[in-house]
Amino acid sequence: MSAVPDVKVDDGSENPQVTINFGPQHPAAHGVLRLVLDLDGEIVTRVDPHIGLLHRGTEKLIEHKTYLQAIGYFDRLDYVAPMNQEHAFCMAIERLTGLEVPRRGQFVRVLYCEIGRILNHLLQVTTQALDCGALTPPLWGFEEREKLMVFYERASGSRMHAKYFRPGGVHEDLPPELVADIYEWTNHFPQVLDDIEGLLTNSRIFKQRNVDIGVISRADAESWGMSGVMLRSTGVAWDLRRSQPYEVYSELDFQIPVGKNGDNYDRYLMRVMEMRQACKIMRQCIEKMPAGPVVAENHKIVPPRRAEMKRSMEALIHHFKLYTEGFHVPAGEVYAAVEAPKGEFGVYLVADGTNRPYKCKIRAPSYPHLQAMDFMCKGHMLADISAVLGSLDVVFGEVDR
Amino acid sequence: MADLNDLGGKISAALSGAVKATNVTFGELTLVIELNDIPRVMKSLRDEFGFTILIDVTAVDWPQRAKRFDVVYHLLSTRNNTRVRVKAETDEGTAVPTIVPLFPAANWFERETFDMYGVTFADHPDLRRLLTDYGFSGFPLRKDFPLTGYVELRYDDEQKRVVYQPVKLVQEFRDFDFMSPWEGAPYILPGDEKASAPEKKS
Repeated sequence: MSAVPDVKVDDGSENPQVTINFGPQHPAAHGVLRLVLDLDGEIVTRVDPHIGLLHRGTEKLIEHKTYLQAIGYFDRLDYVAPMNQEHAFCMAIERLTGLEVPRRGQFVRVLYCEIGRILNHLLQVTTQALDCGALTPPLWGFEEREKLMVFYERASGSRMHAKYFRPGGVHEDLPPELVADIYEWTNHFPQVLDDIEGLLTNSRIFKQRNVDIGVISRADAESWGMSGVMLRSTGVAWDLRRSQPYEVYSELDFQIPVGKNGDNYDRYLMRVMEMRQACKIMRQCIEKMPAGPVVAENHKIVPPRRAEMKRSMEALIHHFKLYTEGFHVPAGEVYAAVEAPKGEFGVYLVADGTNRPYKCKIRAPSYPHLQAMDFMCKGHMLADISAVLGSLDVVFGEVDR
Repeated sequence: MADLNDLGGKISAALSGAVKATNVTFGELTLVIELNDIPRVMKSLRDEFGFTILIDVTAVDWPQRAKRFDVVYHLLSTRNNTRVRVKAETDEGTAVPTIVPLFPAANWFERETFDMYGVTFADHPDLRRLLTDYGFSGFPLRKDFPLTGYVELRYDDEQKRVVYQPVKLVQEFRDFDFMSPWEGAPYILPGDEKASAPEKKS
């Protein structure tokens, strides 16, 4: 921490307590986070995270947009794995309207959700290595991320802010060349993971910085509302893809790594394992993907295809109405959750029968994880703060919303 | 579905009188309770029914109601693989009993609910604003708070710092109303809004 703007020292006492500011701009803060740290020597006694520096009022904005327009905001939450967020919102709408996603659409969704998982874990694993002093893993990992973002772009037209998942399926079908290229990518990706693991898994420095750091027990993880890798690292076999399966996850063969010690190093190993499993899921999706439509045929909710709109008057009317007024969702409330790479991402949607959500609460997994910083870091050394923060896997787009 | 109805029945039986209503919609169980019963119900749900993970706390604003806020809790049980939603009504003045002693995770969720809706939580250990700017006033997610807010920020070159100023819009925010008189919406003439309004109860 080279630039420390305000340092307060109690002079005269036996044990001088130092209060320092970590952030709001700090390379290890993974975004805009301000931590107010109380230190006793080099031991952290209190962590007070100040968040909201990236608060954009997403939930308020969503209340003033039609359902279709609101999807775009979900890409901007966890911008590391955008499509997983859209998925939760689309699932909430589908539950309220009773819309069924065609089988091919479900496979495409699962395929892109797993691409998102790899995107996220590649960033997390490699930047955690960066926080612990290793520079090469991010360079290797980001090369692969770039290829995955090209797959995003080829499907949706955008590298990050895809807006590809729509109520009833996905926006456009995948061209066969793209599917073939994704399959080809899954052939060589495990090799890249082996290379990254070769740098980190047995590295003495990486282990010294991560083994037995940020340990959390099962009871504590539950009471702090943790989910995803954080919860599984304590030995809880809980993954929404298995326990409350959505889309076609129940038909796919994959394993869920569960940790033993609940420390940073376990979480690192689990994330690498999850990437290997995600790769396996992607291959199965491509192998099993049937032909057929990717989006439901209900033209009261799903806009007609563009080509159809050019020829049919009926389709033109639907197209115009659905892109201006949007569709009306029957009144009701629903909580839809998906297993996002960071944990349980949920959307609590309250509809009042109009074309706009009455209330849309976004339950981001990083939010309770970051909240537990104070609990997890007490008694650790100052240098462990960045390692724990990296291992929590927080992204401020979704914490601040 | 039947399981959730059973579970709802069991919970309301165990909590004699605290649960006012249970309903199952879209495969989700909702319990409606009184404000003062929140800690008791939450403790029972955690200890007796295995709902050990607090997923979310939020509020929903219904300005036309006398008690305008619904405080909504979502709980998850990993052991029984079930979810439950707990709802209670409150108004602007009545504080909601905190559940931070039961679920430490509630701390930030309650702070956020306070920040966004102005719902206060009694005995909360640290009820500061969380997401909004330092020194912010108003409660942005209330329905009567405008989308554009009241103040905007700008860097002042003369004062060499960021200054707040009232929002000035080149064009008013266009909030379209898609209610159609052909679909049964009341057709209100401009300036005639109050002609047929029901008289207020005194």
